[in-house]
Amino acid sequence: MAGKLKVRVDQDKCQGHARCKSLAPELFDLDEFGNAHEVGDGSVPEGLEDKAYLAQSNCPEIAIEVTEE
Amino acid sequence: MSDSASIMPEHPPVTDWVNDFDHTDPTWTENPFPIWEELRAASPVVHTERFLGCYMPTTYQAVKEIAYDTEHFSSRRVIVRDIRPEITARAPPITSDPPEHKPAKQLLLPPFTPDAMKKLEPRVRAICNELIDEFIADGKCDAAARYTKHVPVRAIAHMLGIPEKDGDLFIKWIHGILELGIKDDNALMEAVREMTGYFAAHLEQRKQNPTDDLISTLMKARDKDGNPLADEHVLGSLRLLLIAGIDTTWSAIGSSLWHLAKTPADRERLVKEPELMPLAVEELLRAYSPVTMAREVMKETTVSGCPVKSGNMVLLSFPAANRDPAMFPDADKVVIDRKENRHAAFGLGIHRCVGSNLARMEMTVAIEEWLKRIPDFRLDPAGKVTWSEGTVRGPRQLPMLFGKTN
Repeated sequence: MAGKLKVRVDQDKCQGHARCKSLAPELFDLDEFGNAHEVGDGSVPEGLEDKAYLAQSNCPEIAIEVTEE
Repeated sequence: MSDSASIMPEHPPVTDWVNDFDHTDPTWTENPFPIWEELRAASPVVHTERFLGCYMPTTYQAVKEIAYDTEHFSSRRVIVRDIRPEITARAPPITSDPPEHKPAKQLLLPPFTPDAMKKLEPRVRAICNELIDEFIADGKCDAAARYTKHVPVRAIAHMLGIPEKDGDLFIKWIHGILELGIKDDNALMEAVREMTGYFAAHLEQRKQNPTDDLISTLMKARDKDGNPLADEHVLGSLRLLLIAGIDTTWSAIGSSLWHLAKTPADRERLVKEPELMPLAVEELLRAYSPVTMAREVMKETTVSGCPVKSGNMVLLSFPAANRDPAMFPDADKVVIDRKENRHAAFGLGIHRCVGSNLARMEMTVAIEEWLKRIPDFRLDPAGKVTWSEGTVRGPRQLPMLFGKTN
């Protein structure tokens, strides 16, 4: 069994392209300026692992980290 | 009116692209993709003596290095032109560098979030259908003149709270600034003057009678010290929203419909699988990115190992970056469901397009509504597709025939 995934948005790198929110709204949300942050503590619920990696691989600023716990 | 003295001499045709490129050359305007490939094969950064000296990064990596480096590359000039007159009409935040950039941008961001765009979406859907109603019975149309042009004009007018019917004026000013202005300073200054006068009158009206639109939002905005913005700042930002918000999206929608007109497989797939639209929109943005920006070199440095000297401009071609095969496998192929797509159509770094969520929404809605009403269409062989010159690339004539071929 692979470990549980966590996502994190690097606030210094995020420029608000909002690609993550569009691809994985369960995992990412936007603030009033449209900049992204992870939902809750960033834990990826089972079944959404592909979406976490999809969001990561579409971020133009390489601002998303996906780590295995 | 423009007088001939302000128009720069015609540019000689390009014979050596690597050492003498020119993004206003008719060959580039018609089909830039093979040129970018040639330049990329030669060097990550090429140079031309035209435009008083100008570099062009040709790879995704080199474009990214420049976009992230605000110390050596200034945004105070964002169009590569024949001349570099004194800077008078600023348009913050696009023409701002740090530290002025961030507060100017923060003011504009909240009205352009995806949630804000959702509220605007029903109006844009209605605009698309009103436009289609006007020509669908003809069985054909120039999609650039009758459709793709008007969607962003009406949408941004609606947001700003200015009459949608003033759209023809906006298009005239934008043509003066982004196309004629590269070679004709009077055309540019005249357009800026008219535009500023137009918005100044709307500001005055709102000082008497505040409204609930984006112009009033900007007028009510306060800087970090609690002071209102100077009229000049508000006017600059309004000029920016109008210039940046119209022919860019007009071009993106037009290129998308042009691609779908000549690619039945992609068209049929989108009709059958509308859930692919979000991926398709990103791929069309990558393959046909409309916007090329510029920077001015402030200090000598190197980019991807190439020396870059101050006093030159930089043609910052996000469209060329998006065709770099080192970054995108099959870069010259439209893969309508491309999964990994870190395209830079809206820029990279702090100057990420403030209207990117608006542009995506308009593109999505304009393509969806067109496909619902006109699922089968093709380029009219009796007509000619023409492309805009310079900074923003998209079809300006797009003759289409509707229905299946027999």
